[in-house]
Amino acid sequence: MRCGVVVFPGSNCDHDVYHILKHVLGQEVTFLWHGEDSLRGSELVVLPGGFSYGDYLRAGAMAALSPIMAAVRRHAEAGGLVLGICNGFQMLLESGLLPGAMRRNRNLLFECRDVFLRVERDDLPFTRGYRKGQVLRMPIAHAEGNYIHHADQLESLEEAGRVVFRYVSPEGEVAAEDAAPNELGELWNVNGSINAIAGICNEEGNIMGMMPHPERCAEEILGNVDGLALFSSAVGALEVTA
Amino acid sequence: MANKKTKGTGPITARITVYPRPEILDPQGKAIASALTRLGFDGVEDVRAGKSFEIQLRAAATQDVEEVVRRMCKDLLVNSVVEDYSVELLDGEAKP
Repeated sequence: MRCGVVVFPGSNCDHDVYHILKHVLGQEVTFLWHGEDSLRGSELVVLPGGFSYGDYLRAGAMAALSPIMAAVRRHAEAGGLVLGICNGFQMLLESGLLPGAMRRNRNLLFECRDVFLRVERDDLPFTRGYRKGQVLRMPIAHAEGNYIHHADQLESLEEAGRVVFRYVSPEGEVAAEDAAPNELGELWNVNGSINAIAGICNEEGNIMGMMPHPERCAEEILGNVDGLALFSSAVGALEVTA
Repeated sequence: MANKKTKGTGPITARITVYPRPEILDPQGKAIASALTRLGFDGVEDVRAGKSFEIQLRAAATQDVEEVVRRMCKDLLVNSVVEDYSVELLDGEAKP
């Protein structure tokens, strides 16, 4: 199966995703330039992290209007797999492919550290390699990952089970968005996201966005492979349907 | 720059002010408020940090400029999930 990693001016996690898909999972991968209007047959499309267009206006806002995003939208609406990581998640929100928006992190800092995630869905093409309730360790690196949505729409998002990952303690407990750090200075919901949301999907489950970086923890040499199952699940899902 | 303008022809400046919706926590505004208090400005109760755009445009006589500017806001300038905005249309070009 063929994977496409979209490269925007300012993307900086594109090669990491490419490396995991190609060299760790042995898939056929191609880079797709943001100015293209075709996905060139890609079945799994990844919008990688970075600072597309220098985060001008709002993170992901300019990238959401790139020529390639029209092709990504068609692919997604036809049921194709689309994964947005970090800045890629922000693009999915800005393009309306996923609901909600990002604010500056609650503490106004760029947060670059490992967090703990609880898997809320293990039936998606991206998460079949995990089990519900499993706690993963994954790095985050962002200043605008403080997820928010209107109260009523948040409720329907929750009711539909569209929250895929939540920021939790190492034991898997959700902390309130306004919780103070514990005695060790640890704060599980680092950015202050509402309902500790770290990742969501669309109703059909073929579009997923997440702030943490699975591509930075998907190979033994990186010291953590918690992110690998996400990519292998997606690749596996395509092989089944192919 | 003079009077408020509602209909076309000639240069127009659209001044758009974007601010966080009232129910949305504004971490930047909070940080600025506490910095002002630290500087000794008493009585600062709240700060909302937003941004503004000044767009110079030239509209046809038949065009509803405000409608066009509001569409710009909806399509790009404003994220309605977290932001509100107001539009002011002025004759002529904005002077710095």
